[in-house]
Amino acid sequence: MMSMEVLEKTMNGMTASENEHEVKRQPYWPNWAAGVGLGLILLAAFYIAGRGLGGSGALSRATGVVLHTVMTEHAESLDYFSRYYRGEYWMNDWLVFQMIGVFLGGLFGALTAGRFGKSVDKGESITNSQRFWYAFLGGGLMGWGARLARGCTSGQALSGGATLAAGSWAFMLALFLGGFATAYFIRGMWK
Amino acid sequence: MNAAPLAKMGLITMEVNLILAGLIGFGFGFMLERAGFGSAHRLVGQWYMRDWSVFKVMFTGVVTALFGVLILDGLGLMSFEALYLNKTYWGAQIIGGLVMGAGFVIGGYCPGTSFVALASGKLDALFYILGMSFGVLVFSEGWDYFETLQNLGSSGRLTLDEWLGLNPWLIAVVLLLVAVIGYRLTTALENKLKQ
Repeated sequence: MMSMEVLEKTMNGMTASENEHEVKRQPYWPNWAAGVGLGLILLAAFYIAGRGLGGSGALSRATGVVLHTVMTEHAESLDYFSRYYRGEYWMNDWLVFQMIGVFLGGLFGALTAGRFGKSVDKGESITNSQRFWYAFLGGGLMGWGARLARGCTSGQALSGGATLAAGSWAFMLALFLGGFATAYFIRGMWK
Repeated sequence: MNAAPLAKMGLITMEVNLILAGLIGFGFGFMLERAGFGSAHRLVGQWYMRDWSVFKVMFTGVVTALFGVLILDGLGLMSFEALYLNKTYWGAQIIGGLVMGAGFVIGGYCPGTSFVALASGKLDALFYILGMSFGVLVFSEGWDYFETLQNLGSSGRLTLDEWLGLNPWLIAVVLLLVAVIGYRLTTALENKLKQ
């Protein structure tokens, strides 16, 4: 992982404040305002497309397409993957367009609030490269779990929750339980 | 005659639907950013009970959209029945939820918020996204082992109102009360911790 060491050297000693954008930093919206806004966006998705939002579907499709391109035979030997590289599965495309929008919306939001800047979001007691490995591990658990549960915080908790899907409510409770239980064992990581 | 969902009623073409998907995503990403969810510190604060934003924003969003769906359905403007509904697989969703809760604390983000964090310049979010991709690969490679698990506790299309035998409006009102009381309690808890 040489690239990671190089990356860490360039990141060391760099703090968020040194990379602040010139726009004056705006406060976050109150929780209720962001929540109502999020709910209305979700409602628009229901009204227009007949389905909710998704956070992990687009990445699964991207992973499927990349694997199918670089290792065609192997990808085709994987039964589960075919849904992610086949073209006719239109829902995947909807999620890809939505996810491009999420990135651009996030970028616009960060720029206009003065929150855009190269940084590493971590606890003080760990190094940048440790943070990168933990992020990779956490992302891995999230990616694996999202395929098992057929959705993530967006597709299950938000979208499934708002349509009263029974299993999605069980998912939401389990997600919070899993989070609280794990937090105790890794409390040094975020200090 | 219900006019919505527009795509399912054939009122908009696939191309328009995809463009609107981009716009909806833009709004979603913007709201997540304004909620402060481009920050792992803020998100992780939930699991250490310092910051209840994840609970408050998520619950407010769910209740807002739920009332919107019920009102539009009641007025005959959109069919609730026609909306895509996640099927229930009790076992898969509970095990998946527990694992993802762990992944949330260790990685600092959930999938949607990691893209907002990356867009805000967080380098760790890039590694998180690569990790997610790796997790999806592992799931696909091990499909033979995971297929049984993914279908564990299958109950098909099941809503809370059907499961409990209650009116959906009643459930919505109860959830609204939980949201309002939960919001106040957790805000009081945050303020107490700050002192």
